[in-house]
Amino acid sequence: MQANYGYKDGAGEFFITIDTEKCDGCGDCVPACPQHVLVMIENEFDLDAEKELAAVSALHTKKIKYSCGPCKPAAGYAIEDLPCVRACAAGAITHSW
Amino acid sequence: MENAVQDQKKVEYWRWTESRWTSPDLDWRDGGVISAGVDVGSVSTQAVVMVDGHLYCSSSMRTGSDSPESANNAMSWALEGTGLTLDRIHATVGTGYGRVNVPFATRAITEIACHARGGNFMYGPSVRTILDMGGQDCKAIHCDERGKVSAFLMNDKCAAGTGRGMEVFADLLGVHITEVGEMSFRVAEEPPPVSSTCVVFAKSEASGLLRKGWPKEKVLAAYCSAMAHRVVTLLERIGVEKEFAITGGIAKNVGVVRRLAKEIGIEPLRSDMDAQLAGAIGAALFAKALHEKSAKGA
Repeated sequence: MQANYGYKDGAGEFFITIDTEKCDGCGDCVPACPQHVLVMIENEFDLDAEKELAAVSALHTKKIKYSCGPCKPAAGYAIEDLPCVRACAAGAITHSW
Repeated sequence: MENAVQDQKKVEYWRWTESRWTSPDLDWRDGGVISAGVDVGSVSTQAVVMVDGHLYCSSSMRTGSDSPESANNAMSWALEGTGLTLDRIHATVGTGYGRVNVPFATRAITEIACHARGGNFMYGPSVRTILDMGGQDCKAIHCDERGKVSAFLMNDKCAAGTGRGMEVFADLLGVHITEVGEMSFRVAEEPPPVSSTCVVFAKSEASGLLRKGWPKEKVLAAYCSAMAHRVVTLLERIGVEKEFAITGGIAKNVGVVRRLAKEIGIEPLRSDMDAQLAGAIGAALFAKALHEKSAKGA
């Protein structure tokens, strides 16, 4: 499942996508994020699931552009260098901007 | 002073019809597994009871300020006159914004999963894209033939494109909310959509248009098409497949639905069930699965 967290507004599209097929529930991304954007949640999509899933905290979904701002300098950045993306060995985290 | 908040005619234009329904063909006494789903949304609360995976009874009412109470009220109204009591229900799943506040629920499950499951039940296994236009948010969901979510996107950043926004407009224009859709087509030609996507700004813009002499119909048309357009931009990210359905309260507003269908070029699937019940139906189906799973484990 592609879980898209974020929003689209006049300024652009701001989504963090978690690929739940790839997310193995390790939780390494949670401490990696300096803004505490990521959390582990119970997998409510699959009743048989035993592992937790990474997700964007509800506190951040509506302001994700600003929450992620510190890791995304105006001078430019590479998505693969973001701490959350680097922390995820499974490659489950992607950013739309 | 008691009537100070009501308008002179004592009409509340935003107030949509609450309803309840019991299946004429089913009796819970003949059934095996009785499961229930309660969808406590931001604006409306639905309760659904299913007997062996068939829809038995349902209710849809306004969510009050107290979520547990809303869940209780919706459930007792659904059960009214059926002779069925809460203790006879094998499992209940709560969903929606207030899902953790359903006092009698076995478990809470996110409304995204429930809408996909419910949409699958209502529109058949062919449905791939479900757009839930709720009271306070809008969700685009992509699912497989079993109703399992394969991708989702939720916009709850603002109320534009939601039922709450439509309530505000019904109130502003003094048009009953159930008539908004039809009325928005009584225009000679389609006006440009209101430019703002924020309900509060759209309301200011609409007031301006009214002062400029636009008839209500034209303002409604401009708002319905703005709403349809806003949702289409959300759908673009998930991708729309031909088997497409709209759930939630706005599914009943033809003014938005037809404009949306025209913009994406796909006619949404129809169901003889109430589109607003999708979340609660999904929850009841999950409850059935949960009960069967625990029965097997025991």
